[in-house]
Amino acid sequence: MPELIHLSAAELAAKLASGEVTSVEATQAHLDRIAAVDGDVHAFLHVSDTALDTAAAIDARRAAGEELGPLAGVPVAIKDVLATKDMPSTSGSKILEGWLPPYDATVVARLRAADLVPLGKTNMDEFAMGSSTEHSAFGPSHNPWDLTRTPGGSGGGSAAAVSAFEAPLALGSDTGGSIRQPAAVTGSVGVKPTYGGVSRYGAIALASSLDQVGPVSRTVLDAGLLHDVISGHDPLDSTSLTDEWPSMADAARRGGTGEALTGLRVGVVRELSGENGGFQAGVKQRFDETVAALTAAGAEVVEVEAPSFEYAVAAYYLILPAEASSNLARMDSVRFGLRVRPDSGPATVERVMSATRDAGFGAEVKRRIILGTYALSAGYYDAYYGSAQKVRTLIQQDFAQAFDKADVLISPAAPTTAFELGSLVDDPLAMYLNDVTTIPANLAGIPGMSIPMGLAPEDGLPTGLQLLAPAHADARLYEVGAAIETMLTDAWGHDLLSQAPLLKEAVK
Amino acid sequence: MAKDKLLDFDKAIELYEPVLGFEVHVELNTKTKMFCGCANAFGQGANTNTCPTCLGLPGGLPQVNEKAIESSIRLGLALGCEIAENCRFARKQYFYPDLAKNFQTSQYDEPIAFDGELTLELASGREITVQIERAHMEEDAGKLTHVGGATGRIQGAEYSLVDFNRGGVPLVEIVTKIIEGAEADAPEVGRAYVGAIRDIVRALGVSNARMEEGNIRCDANVSLRPRGSTVLGTRTETKNVNSLRSVERAVRYEIQRQAAILEAGGTITQETRHWHEDTGTTSAGRPKSDADDYRYFPEPDLVPVAPSREWVEELRATLPEPPMARRKRLREAWGFTALEFQDVVNGELLDAVEATVAAGASPADARKWWTGELTRIANARGVAADTLVTPQQVAELSGLIASGELTDRLARQVLEGVIAGEGSPAEVVEKRGLKVVSDDGALIAAIDEALAAQPDVLAKIQDGKVQAAGAVIGAVMKAMKGQADAARVRELILERAGQ
Amino acid sequence: MSEISTDLVRHLASLARIDLSEGELQSLTGELAQIVDSIAKVSEVATPDVPATSHPIPLRNVFRPDEVRPSLTVEQALSGAPEREGDRFKVSAILDEEQ
Repeated sequence: MPELIHLSAAELAAKLASGEVTSVEATQAHLDRIAAVDGDVHAFLHVSDTALDTAAAIDARRAAGEELGPLAGVPVAIKDVLATKDMPSTSGSKILEGWLPPYDATVVARLRAADLVPLGKTNMDEFAMGSSTEHSAFGPSHNPWDLTRTPGGSGGGSAAAVSAFEAPLALGSDTGGSIRQPAAVTGSVGVKPTYGGVSRYGAIALASSLDQVGPVSRTVLDAGLLHDVISGHDPLDSTSLTDEWPSMADAARRGGTGEALTGLRVGVVRELSGENGGFQAGVKQRFDETVAALTAAGAEVVEVEAPSFEYAVAAYYLILPAEASSNLARMDSVRFGLRVRPDSGPATVERVMSATRDAGFGAEVKRRIILGTYALSAGYYDAYYGSAQKVRTLIQQDFAQAFDKADVLISPAAPTTAFELGSLVDDPLAMYLNDVTTIPANLAGIPGMSIPMGLAPEDGLPTGLQLLAPAHADARLYEVGAAIETMLTDAWGHDLLSQAPLLKEAVK
Repeated sequence: MAKDKLLDFDKAIELYEPVLGFEVHVELNTKTKMFCGCANAFGQGANTNTCPTCLGLPGGLPQVNEKAIESSIRLGLALGCEIAENCRFARKQYFYPDLAKNFQTSQYDEPIAFDGELTLELASGREITVQIERAHMEEDAGKLTHVGGATGRIQGAEYSLVDFNRGGVPLVEIVTKIIEGAEADAPEVGRAYVGAIRDIVRALGVSNARMEEGNIRCDANVSLRPRGSTVLGTRTETKNVNSLRSVERAVRYEIQRQAAILEAGGTITQETRHWHEDTGTTSAGRPKSDADDYRYFPEPDLVPVAPSREWVEELRATLPEPPMARRKRLREAWGFTALEFQDVVNGELLDAVEATVAAGASPADARKWWTGELTRIANARGVAADTLVTPQQVAELSGLIASGELTDRLARQVLEGVIAGEGSPAEVVEKRGLKVVSDDGALIAAIDEALAAQPDVLAKIQDGKVQAAGAVIGAVMKAMKGQADAARVRELILERAGQ
Repeated sequence: MSEISTDLVRHLASLARIDLSEGELQSLTGELAQIVDSIAKVSEVATPDVPATSHPIPLRNVFRPDEVRPSLTVEQALSGAPEREGDRFKVSAILDEEQ
């Protein structure tokens, strides 16, 4: 049943609920798809060997008349950054190769409790450091739109899995754009919730004050359905918010009627709109067209300024390495993971740790650990980490002023369409600039979403629109995001992904 | 290890002024660890109390134990500290195999308590006030066992084993400002300071305060300043000195060792030193160096702790009387000599004596029972005296003596019964039939018999040598199986002897 | 220009317990110098009047009640251990003194 894989999660859930389709059938269809295309896409690092059993158990309970949740029986892919006790969890690193955690991340436990079917673990840049998945220790993922290009990163695996119809839903994590940028370059939907909206317990930490787990999907409604499953207070995460969150799926359904755009105040952030160049022409063109369409749909578009954003990337590349250098210190060969003995000399525990970390970490991880160690070391703290934390304050102030004038802010989600594999991997600075549009939201903790914005005329590859809302206003993103999604797909006359060349054709 | 040269202590003090500083780690007795819900328990199977958080597994996150915050605030208040209106945890980063995350979650520039003081009373009656710089919260490390090589030490071991049960147990680290003016009392100041901390945490009930189990651990900083100089000398930090006596000995040793080096024209190396309980010496550990770069930064997985002033005042209201003030008050109220009172304190029997007095015994009787018979039995059994009987039982026993119903000797038999669980003193008297014989007729019969058996004694008594009556008392008491009041027997003997 | 030298990188690598090869040290020195130059500008706007933000969403006093939760079993705790002896994690001899 190949058509099963083309259904949205909401559509599939409806068929599962009505009994028209079983979870075993839906799961098998996606496993077949993975078997057929993942050799080319390499979205998955591990495919579950118990998914069909899980699906069968859910089918049995449904057949017995049990009341199940809205996404019960729907398959889901899980970024390898999340701890799963039945599947290895490596965060894309050799140092954790084969590590089977003795526990589930809170979001994974919530997926299981809501009866979703974990399909497998998706590829990512090592410890989520990167914008292309090329820093995965297990080889890069490929963009289903063009296999010679990257699917973005760090969550390229989750985005590729969803856009290649290997899974209707996936979980990602977003520290500086790792959900939104891959969504943009694969034509999928990705959401970074308000910091603290979703538990980080069991998410292998990159930068604790920036990381946030979120949904990846093909429609805004699907993202909202998954968001509703994973969000909410978790006492195991001390930064978890106690908000009573409204249903994001309901917000998306409301937005889908299109009325949300009338009178909506939409802010275009001058610093993120490509006015000073740096954006690919086709990205800029589709963004300008979207702005025009919003005006035509009755939205009030205003320009807002955020002068401190100029410093965002610099602040980010101090805070992230500093926190990451500390978070990754636990990878020491004592309690789990790789252990490597030094080639020569005495194998003291210090030397075993050093040899293990040299052998187990890739170049980008070492680069950022050294940078972070530098930023925190005595004598540099105030100038670097301390200053970067002040930049955060300034960025929050810029957002606060912008949200005085606008209900949501918009920008392109990524400055370019998917780039060629290997084109930036040796130029870390250029790679870092790929996140220029997404980083400010992480620094300020506000929610952000990327939705398809059309194909760039020059290369026929997807572009993404980023929407930002104030902290706690995630539902507004879903309502507005769904409204814009409806507006654009109505204008195109089809879903963006339906324009994707089928995978086999894309190779040629 | 070369033997250190030591200078005579008095000579050392004559030439140099000792300057001290202490870092005392107090393990809190919360039910759970500092940052996770694993049990905070001593002596269980290796790695039985661990979880992703305290085992430092990828994805583990900390959650602050509210009780540990409360205990830290109460301890800070008891040390006369200010309590921070806002403070944070910070990561202290260094790699060590017993440190699961390779950083210790601690506090750095924002401790929960700061600027306190603690007045100590020395045996001479001298009082000295120690300034407390800060008390901050942190977590303990796991426990390493070194295998192979000599005597389980780290040096020469073939490999080491790690148990993370202790990893993440809550600690409060109390740091003094430099202590000057202790002079020749410096070793005793060390002992008194750590003893005072122990008494306070015990009175607060925030720690089990068993030094032998490592609940309280002391690092002692010692430096010497030549007489007439205003510049502080180079200090050493002797780590893990874990008994009151050892603190005293370690401070004394370092003073003598450093003085010998300085006297010979040498310089002191700034370093940590290890304390060796067996030999009573210290040895060089790790030199302090520029490489000690802990890269502290605010713990991003935890949010600030901002105790409300209302909460702080509520906790202040729960503070017990400071141990030193309490001791002064009780000593005055009880009228003990310094030596008698010290016996009670050293025996850790202050609570027991106080409760016994409260239950009606005289202070002298209470002290006599607890520091005498009960301590003797407890020592013989290797238990604490206050686990044998209750203060109420001791007071009741004491009352039976006062009313003449028991003699001291009978009372000791009753006590045996009480300890054996035969019931209250009155019940034991009843069951064992140990009441004093107050029937003069029975006593007189026994006396007459004894006098008849010892005519020479009778003659002596009649001669006016009344102290000879002792021999007859013994015989009568034996005949009465001890169940007689010796004073009454003596009266009757003299009467029967015609005196 | 930044002050990143190979010796500094060697020191940082030792703090971070990574046994970098000479080649890695050399290339990292160059890359780091370039990166540091481009991010040092944060100090331009970090004036003393600007407060630092360590958490994006300000929370205070998030505590856990002092109640025991189930721990891992010993087997779970040790399941990932590269080496164990009995119920403990096994590591090579330790050179340094305790902290």
